[in-house]
Amino acid sequence: MLILEIIRVAFGALLANKGRAFLTMLGIIIGVGAVIAMMAIGAGAQKAVQDRIASMGVNQLRVFADRTTIRGVTRYRSLTTDDAQALRNEMTLATAVVPDMGGQYQVKYGNKNNSVRITGTTPEYFSLRSYQLAAGRFFTNGDMSASQRVAVLGSVAAENLGIGPQDVGSTVRIGGMIFDVIGIMESKGSQGGWDNPDENIFIPITTAQYRLMGNDRINGVTVQVVAQEWMLAAQGEMERILRRERQLRPEQQNDFRFFNQQELATTFAESTKIFGLLLASIAAVSLIVGGIGIMNIMLVSVTERTREIGIRKALGARRSIILLQFLLESITLCVLGGAIGMGLGYWVAKMMASSGGWEVIVTPQSLLLAVGFSVGVGLFFGIYPASRAAKLDPIEALRYE
Amino acid sequence: MLIEMRGIEKVYKLGSERVNALRGIDLDVSEGEYVALTGPSGSGKSTLMHLIGCLDSPTAGRYLLAGSDVSSMSDAALARVRNRQIGFVFQTFNLLPRATALHNVEIPLIYGGFGTRERRRRATAALERVGLADRMKHQPNQMSGGQRQRVAVARALVTDPSILLADEPTGNLDTATGNSILELFAQLHASGQTIVLVTHEADVAAHARRHIVLRDGKIESDDANKKESAG
Repeated sequence: MLILEIIRVAFGALLANKGRAFLTMLGIIIGVGAVIAMMAIGAGAQKAVQDRIASMGVNQLRVFADRTTIRGVTRYRSLTTDDAQALRNEMTLATAVVPDMGGQYQVKYGNKNNSVRITGTTPEYFSLRSYQLAAGRFFTNGDMSASQRVAVLGSVAAENLGIGPQDVGSTVRIGGMIFDVIGIMESKGSQGGWDNPDENIFIPITTAQYRLMGNDRINGVTVQVVAQEWMLAAQGEMERILRRERQLRPEQQNDFRFFNQQELATTFAESTKIFGLLLASIAAVSLIVGGIGIMNIMLVSVTERTREIGIRKALGARRSIILLQFLLESITLCVLGGAIGMGLGYWVAKMMASSGGWEVIVTPQSLLLAVGFSVGVGLFFGIYPASRAAKLDPIEALRYE
Repeated sequence: MLIEMRGIEKVYKLGSERVNALRGIDLDVSEGEYVALTGPSGSGKSTLMHLIGCLDSPTAGRYLLAGSDVSSMSDAALARVRNRQIGFVFQTFNLLPRATALHNVEIPLIYGGFGTRERRRRATAALERVGLADRMKHQPNQMSGGQRQRVAVARALVTDPSILLADEPTGNLDTATGNSILELFAQLHASGQTIVLVTHEADVAAHARRHIVLRDGKIESDDANKKESAG
């Protein structure tokens, strides 16, 4: 009964000052809205990246050369095709060992002359990365052993050169050398930070090594491990082979580095954490500012209703009832603001996502967080005005004009 | 004895100055009495009224209200006493502006913990008693001053308080309306209600059966004491 009256009074007070209540809530609305929107966008972006990571396969391991510093001298020694060959010959835990090498070359087709990234690799590369063909074929082991001058074009690279599916079989000049266009790939999209395969042209690694680039330096080797639980063992195996092949003495550090999908996921989780911190600070600032606004208006409300408080006290309202009444009013303000903020945030996230082309995910946790924060802000910033109201001397309050 | 005050003193601190508002009040009021408390401004009658009404506690002395000592009660206990034992009627009515007459009368019952139905029944009865059966759904700003004060009286009576404490109840009313309120008080007195009326107007005080005059924080004269000393 009593609580109903308290709620009735709290709502009555807010309804009597609708405009003021709304303006007061604005801070909370914006704060909660920002949190919901950014969390939704963040979760959506996270899912998009995770989907991509998953599509690349978790049981792959990549190794590439790394800088080492010996007695203050920094040294960088590329991996070579011989290193790759050693891995291919000796690894027991690998189902595929795929080296790749690359460089930027002028590519001419008709009157087009573009600078394109050329990747030399083996035929397994395409299946490893689940690349799809739009037209023609990938190169084969036969192409590779014969160092054939054949090229598979990424979709963007092909488009930039004005090469369509009907042009498979025509020739392009790469670094002045004539290559047959044997295939065009389907668009794949950027792979989360690595260079975009769509902008690449792929050729057999032997062709790259002996004909185009004239060296044996490779970017790295991607290894497909037999199963995910053997990742660590495979890494150990690779380390042993590479150290021997590269003639590192026991006291020397590895001059190569491993990279796996797990590591990518970790990196991503770290950046997500930073994003989360940023989000939290925005939320904190706006909620504090909103909360101060609430406290301010609640103090005004207490002053305005001093006489009412006096009357209620004279009629037998205990301090705790007055306290509860004003606390409930500020919480109502905050929760109402929080609810409107949620709607606003969801709408903003949807708008941004539809223009950004990714999913919006409003998690129950974010809603719970928003409600929790609203109630918390209402409580925290409402307690001072409410206790001021509760402590009013009834005689003074009744005299108040 | 309903009110039993012994050696009541009240000292205020106004800045660094100490104000002795009450300097030793001994006062007994029996059930069913109609007492007028008068005196010039600054005499301490408002302070005494606040003490009787349990809105404030004395600095020194003992105050028994209906047998229980309220002079040293906690804030929550005083709130309960105000709710159950005291019915206030103020000069400025002090109704809640956004609530109907019925709701205004129900408020003490809400704080008293009564259920909806009992509340409605009692509040309706109280409003009928003051002759406002047809104004229950009106808000204070839709009523005349006299009607508002009647709502306030109904609100004061609704919990069946031991004391009806009226502070200048006619002060904001024209003479005719004021008289109708005083007539209402006379009816209540006739039905056995104890009334303490605080006023500075002699003709208002004249309606009461017992007159207490305060001056400089002390009781200057009291009809009842005269009678006692005479008898």
